[in-house]
Amino acid sequence: MRLLNLLKIAYKAIVLNKVRTLLTMLGIIIGVASVIAMLAIGEGSKESIRTTISSMGSNMITIRPGADVRGGVRQDASTMESLKFDDYLAIKEQATTLSYITPMVNGSGQVISGANNWPSTIYGVNPEYLDIKVLGLQSGSMFTDAEVKSASKVVLIGQTVVDNVFPDGEEPVGQMIRFNNIPFKVIGVLEEKGENTFGQDQDDVVIAPYTTVQKRILAITYLNQIMASAISEEDAPEAVTQVTAILRDQHKLADSEDDDFSVRSMEELISTFSSTSEMLTILLVAVASISLLIGGIGIMNIMYVSVKERTKEIGLRMAVGGKGSDILMQFLIEAILISITGGVLGVILGLSATVFIEKFLHWPTSVAMYSIIISFAVCAVTGIFFGWYPARKAAALDPITALRYE
Amino acid sequence: MAKEIIKIQDLKREFTMGTETVHALKGISFTIEEGQFVTIMGSSGSGKSTMLNILGCLDQPTSGLYEIDGVSVKDLSKNELATIRNEKIGFIFQSYNLLARTSAIENVELPLLYNSKVSTEERRKRALNALEMVGLADRIHHTPSQLSGGQQQRVAIARSLVNNPVMILADEATGNLDTRTSYEIMSLFQELNKKGITITFVTHEPDIATFSSRTVVLKDGHIIKDYMNTNIQSAASELAKLPKEDH
Repeated sequence: MRLLNLLKIAYKAIVLNKVRTLLTMLGIIIGVASVIAMLAIGEGSKESIRTTISSMGSNMITIRPGADVRGGVRQDASTMESLKFDDYLAIKEQATTLSYITPMVNGSGQVISGANNWPSTIYGVNPEYLDIKVLGLQSGSMFTDAEVKSASKVVLIGQTVVDNVFPDGEEPVGQMIRFNNIPFKVIGVLEEKGENTFGQDQDDVVIAPYTTVQKRILAITYLNQIMASAISEEDAPEAVTQVTAILRDQHKLADSEDDDFSVRSMEELISTFSSTSEMLTILLVAVASISLLIGGIGIMNIMYVSVKERTKEIGLRMAVGGKGSDILMQFLIEAILISITGGVLGVILGLSATVFIEKFLHWPTSVAMYSIIISFAVCAVTGIFFGWYPARKAAALDPITALRYE
Repeated sequence: MAKEIIKIQDLKREFTMGTETVHALKGISFTIEEGQFVTIMGSSGSGKSTMLNILGCLDQPTSGLYEIDGVSVKDLSKNELATIRNEKIGFIFQSYNLLARTSAIENVELPLLYNSKVSTEERRKRALNALEMVGLADRIHHTPSQLSGGQQQRVAIARSLVNNPVMILADEATGNLDTRTSYEIMSLFQELNKKGITITFVTHEPDIATFSSRTVVLKDGHIIKDYMNTNIQSAASELAKLPKEDH
């Protein structure tokens, strides 16, 4: 029997029982729609996390001293003096996957201007810092390499510092401030960035040449950190490997020794966040899949009823020459048609729900093509799986008994 | 001598009911030749239904020979039996067995749907022809619920003709109809028989037998009578004799 004829018969059977079929489909429709909507929400939140982190500089790489062991005791990273300026130079020279790099020292202290003061943190960096952190300037300019070389007493300050030490709205650029009693000239104000994902105020900073901070404030020669940015986000893992190799060489570590430093990229942070939201997505999809399963059972149920009430028809079809396989295909195709139609309606409903969620609840959503393909495939498989047993039952009927069935 | 459509020799059919064996047919032999109109008669329990199932290739004999159009049915598989039913037999049932909410023409087309050798166009053409033969050319798009009992049985007859079978097998085909309508149907059968179509009619009504050319009577699994009818009644003239209905 030709497929087209089978499709016609199945279509007819479905149309003759519109309400019943629609109710049967409902399980599949809701199942598919929720899988698609859930995945869209999951993907959407994943993407929004990625965007947030990207705005902090997604290809940023931080190198810190750490994991050193002295006499069997692991040491606190902040007390480490193992990261040297030479390390910075070595990385700058040898690493090929980095676009910007800066040494970094930091200390906390009191910013004072006239009668106002404010506790803040001073970061000693080189001019490339702005590129690494993707920071802009509100006014003024960044210090130059020459000012770094001469350890000039110049600073850039964040908006929070401006608000607290210049509360009357005076123009900070050109003013003198003191940090831990050392006078600095304000040469620029950083663009406002607000809080980061962790609730930390990114505007509560003072930035100065690292030489100045090393010599005049902290009186140290080592570095607290080295910050760099990979050429692109994709290069970040490769950059981490390169930097690790350079530093191991630089620190003359034997193969058996642990790293006495740590290299982290934002990629790791992204994957941590992503895995949390992925976990959530899996849970949501699991719940949605259960409703798809229940939809499948609904189809099986209705197919059993259908076979029962059409026993006489099956007998007749067999009497006029229908083979068992013809009957099997007829009912199987009917089940598949129900589940696939349910799938199509489910996709439409799921997409509408996604649009609704985006528009009215303002949740970030992103419909993944794969979710549509998967739900569709699952529908077809559900139809075959749950349609098979009732169809087999129909095909196995004895024509004599089926014809006499009342 | 005319071609033998059905050849049965020493045919037996036994059923096992628990520990007991029921002998439904106990060694039956007869042949049906092309163009015959045979009624198979018998009361209930005579083996009539079993005979019908075997003749219709819905069931197979326990022993003995059954050939239809030269093909021995005994060792055929289920699928081969289905093909024989599809190509060689036209079924007519007491309760018409039409597909509900399906037009007359689609009902008639049904057997051809299971024959992949027949194209869609030919299927439609043959179904139209068959409906014309039974006088329903103007009702092809009516569904069974829009047709009277007699008309429904005509659709069923058209369905049995559509595959050009070697034999039409009718099971109490007039059982659900009033006298007038059943005479109309019988006269249609006689017309078809005159065109050379072999008909086997299973019934328990003696007056139906008077319209056929031969009668086989079964009792307790044996043939007790098998005679040619020398005085065939015309269903059309019987119909004319019936008192006019008041309309």
